Amino acid sequence: MTSDDPRPPPRRSFFGALGPNELKGLFWQVLVVGIALAVIVFLWSNTVTNLSARRITTGFAFLGREAGMPIADSLLAYNPKDSYLWAFAVGVANTLRVALIGIVLATILGTLIGISRLSANWLLSRLAAVYVEVLRDIPLLLQLLFWYVLMQALPAARAAWRPVEGVFLSNRGLILPAIPIGAPQLWVLGTAVLGFIAFLAIRRWLVAQQIREGKPRPAWPFAVGLIVVLPAAVSFLLGVSWTIEWPQLRGFNFVGGLTLAPEYFALLIALVTYTSAFIAEIVRSGIQSVPHGQWDAARALGLRRSFMLRQIILPQALRVIVPPMTSQYLNLTKNSSLAVAIGYQDVVSVANTTLNQTGQAIEAIALIMAVFLTISLGISFFMNWYNARIALAER
Amino acid sequence: MTAITDMPDLPRAARRPQIGNPVLRWLRTNLFSSIPNGILTIVLLAVLAKGVIGFVQWGIANAVWLTPANDSSACKAVRGLGACWAIIPEKYRFILFGTYPFDEQWRPALSVALFITLFYLSSRRALWRRELALLWIGALVLTSVLMWGGVFGLPFVSQDRWGGLPVTLILATSGLAFGFPLGILVALGRRSKLPAIRSLSVLYVELIRGVPLVSLLFMASVMFPLFMPSGFNIDKLLRAQIAIILFAGAYLAEVIRGGLQAVPRGQYEAADALGLSYWRKHRLVVLPQAIRHVIPPLVNTFIAFFKDTSLVLIIGIFDLLTTAKTAIIDPAWQQFSVEVYIFVAAIYFVFCFAMSRYSRSLEATSGR
Repeated sequence: MTSDDPRPPPRRSFFGALGPNELKGLFWQVLVVGIALAVIVFLWSNTVTNLSARRITTGFAFLGREAGMPIADSLLAYNPKDSYLWAFAVGVANTLRVALIGIVLATILGTLIGISRLSANWLLSRLAAVYVEVLRDIPLLLQLLFWYVLMQALPAARAAWRPVEGVFLSNRGLILPAIPIGAPQLWVLGTAVLGFIAFLAIRRWLVAQQIREGKPRPAWPFAVGLIVVLPAAVSFLLGVSWTIEWPQLRGFNFVGGLTLAPEYFALLIALVTYTSAFIAEIVRSGIQSVPHGQWDAARALGLRRSFMLRQIILPQALRVIVPPMTSQYLNLTKNSSLAVAIGYQDVVSVANTTLNQTGQAIEAIALIMAVFLTISLGISFFMNWYNARIALAER
Repeated sequence: MTAITDMPDLPRAARRPQIGNPVLRWLRTNLFSSIPNGILTIVLLAVLAKGVIGFVQWGIANAVWLTPANDSSACKAVRGLGACWAIIPEKYRFILFGTYPFDEQWRPALSVALFITLFYLSSRRALWRRELALLWIGALVLTSVLMWGGVFGLPFVSQDRWGGLPVTLILATSGLAFGFPLGILVALGRRSKLPAIRSLSVLYVELIRGVPLVSLLFMASVMFPLFMPSGFNIDKLLRAQIAIILFAGAYLAEVIRGGLQAVPRGQYEAADALGLSYWRKHRLVVLPQAIRHVIPPLVNTFIAFFKDTSLVLIIGIFDLLTTAKTAIIDPAWQQFSVEVYIFVAAIYFVFCFAMSRYSRSLEATSGR
């Protein structure tokens, strides 16, 4: 502002040189930070006094002690003699297990319902609208308790429902046929993952070639070779068996197969159906945000419908869809903490038991918060990266 | 994918001659526009019919509506075949009002009616004036008098006997009433030019939004007593209320921040040119516009928040969901929890659906 002014600025004292606005800013900042610090010091000193009065020692030393709590349903091997630290690890694994599978299923279901709401079929779009409206307007915790009650009301193992051969639904949960995964099978799956990564690199190179030469370069032979043929060959050479293990009723319980415990199954259903209602709305508004002219233009070019959807409509819709979708994924992950209400032992439930057993409230809650902040940051980091990739490149 | 690919082809549809019975034409365009669509319609109709018939059989035809007091034998007889709605007349007073003294339950009932009336009045745009705020303050005072009592000849009822719907409404309403100004302050802080204030606001929002509400409630119920000087003991309900206010503040702050970003720069500059101070600029020029921009998302946040108050079940506060869950512990009625959950779900649904309808009507009218 004053750069055109040839006169030297008038001399001021040190604080005067800051100008009235800076001074006011400084005052407010000192005031707010001061209040924040005072509150923290107040809370901290109270806590220290209270802890010493109740003879609670702080610190994470208790993590090494024997937990002694049972965890019924876990991915990682666990027995009550293990330490609290390991119990927490099992809890985190359980949280991740329900959150990751929940996110995948909720995305699929939500996308289907979102598309259904736009269907030209009146009945389908109305049913989808009712689904969304009902699920969105009832608290998740209530839905969770409802599903859990229904699970418990299912018939006993002997009278289990069999919707499909090999699938059992009873008050012991959902039992599915499974392929036992051990070290040899993991090798084959690992090869498939490596093959997929190699395929992505090759496809990039092919696209670059296509841009340079103007000739289409098909990528699918590489996909088949690296993702299907190569792992199959490895499997054959190592002689890995892929027999399906069918669950069977023996006495009062099932043996074999994959068991989804009632608590896990109820939590998964509740999270997936509830979140899918929100995802459906996001998908619908994303698709509706693509201008109608884009459909017309694609049709005028005579493009195939699938190509049109994949290359023209979806990339534009995704720009609108991805940011709100990120918050839904975060919500689902955070909502998995409701597991504590039905006794599925996720990290919150384990921390709660720990808190009741040891009285280490501060440490237990700090651990919950650390776990969720890490997961939240991880998901938003990944989704931001993905969002940046698909965002509109504007000049 | 069929759903997208058969988006109506407008020009061609317009040219098609509009003849025949309008009902048949409607059926044709909306249900049987193509062979796959027709098959889909028939399959959906079959599934729907099966569901509706099943529900009518269970919920109406075979249901038990009334039984003699505290006698569930008629319900047990139809267990599995029909619903036992008789549990609702049996338990509704406990579900709605918890352990509030039986003879005094007209007081929470009146409080609920007061809340609902004010919600309705607040939804009318013509009434958005200063008087409404005064009316709210008056109503909140009146509710406190009604709920606590101890004056005007009303017997005193301590807070730990409150329960059910009034608790849900109190938690949600006070959460919003106090969370909203907090949210405005934090949103302004996040957009402030002062680095210390900005970083404190960012830290607050991210910390609260990064963790589940359950953990905040745990913190309120187990850690709050540790934070306070010894001898200073505040009620469990109030502790949960504080956690809910802090939670609401962080979420509302983000919505309001979106609104602040939508106010054109020129408005800020015009206010500056008039020589308004920071607070007057925001109070008179910026905030009214910002909030008007984000009314629909604000209502959506209110809905989410109203549902989330049910989480206080986890720390054992007797809100509507907790009373429902407690009502079915009674051994005689234990097996009929589905009916109770449907009843409570319907109450929540009515509140949330009304709000979401309202939000949609606002979106439709504020597009201009």
